[in-house]
Amino acid sequence: MSETQVQIEETIKSNSVVLYMKGTKEMPQCGFSSRIAGVLNYMDVDYKDINVLADDAIRQGIKEFADWPTIPQLYVNGEFIGGCDIVTEMTLSGELDTLFSDNNVAFDKDAADKIREANG
Amino acid sequence: MAMTAQEIEDLIRAEFPDADITIKDLRGDGNHYAAEVIDASFRGKNRVQQQRSVYAALKGKMDGAHGELHALALTTKAP
Repeated sequence: MSETQVQIEETIKSNSVVLYMKGTKEMPQCGFSSRIAGVLNYMDVDYKDINVLADDAIRQGIKEFADWPTIPQLYVNGEFIGGCDIVTEMTLSGELDTLFSDNNVAFDKDAADKIREANG
Repeated sequence: MAMTAQEIEDLIRAEFPDADITIKDLRGDGNHYAAEVIDASFRGKNRVQQQRSVYAALKGKMDGAHGELHALALTTKAP
C-alpha cells in the first residue's frame, strides 16, 4: 500500500466519522460537499473533515481507496458509506439515523426529523 | 468537455442492456446530469455496489479535472 493509502486508512480508523470533501466543514467549496457537510453540521455530528483540495495525493488517493470516482465521500467507523447521492437518500429515508445509532455516533434526532419534514 | 444525455445513456446501456435508464440535464449545460438506473442486476447489492458498477460503465468520464462529466447525480435501484 502506498503512503497515501496508509494515511487514509489511519484517518478513517482513528475517527468514527470522516468526510473527504472539497473545502472545509465551515467553508465547503463544492455544492455536493456542501450538502453532506450541511446535513452533518445540522445533525450536530462530530466528524473530521478532510479537505482534498489541500492535498492532491489525498484527492487522487481517496478515489482509489474507495474505488469511487467522486468526492465527497463519507466514512463511518472505517467503512465507506457513499457519496452525496447515497447519503442524501439515506438521510431522507432515516437509514443514516440507524447507521449512526448502530455505530454509537451521537446526533440530533430532532434535527434529522426536521430535515425530513422540510424535504418530505 | 461536455457530454450529451444520449452519450451517457449509451455508455450505461452498453453495460446494462435491459435497464430502465432516465437521464436529465439539470441545467441544460451538458455538464450537470441526473441519472436513474433501474436494473435487475442490482438486486441484492447495496447502493455503493450498484453505483460503483454504473461508474465503471462510464469508464472514467467522471474522473477529476479531465473528466467530461462534472456532475452526475445517480440514483440506482432494483426493479
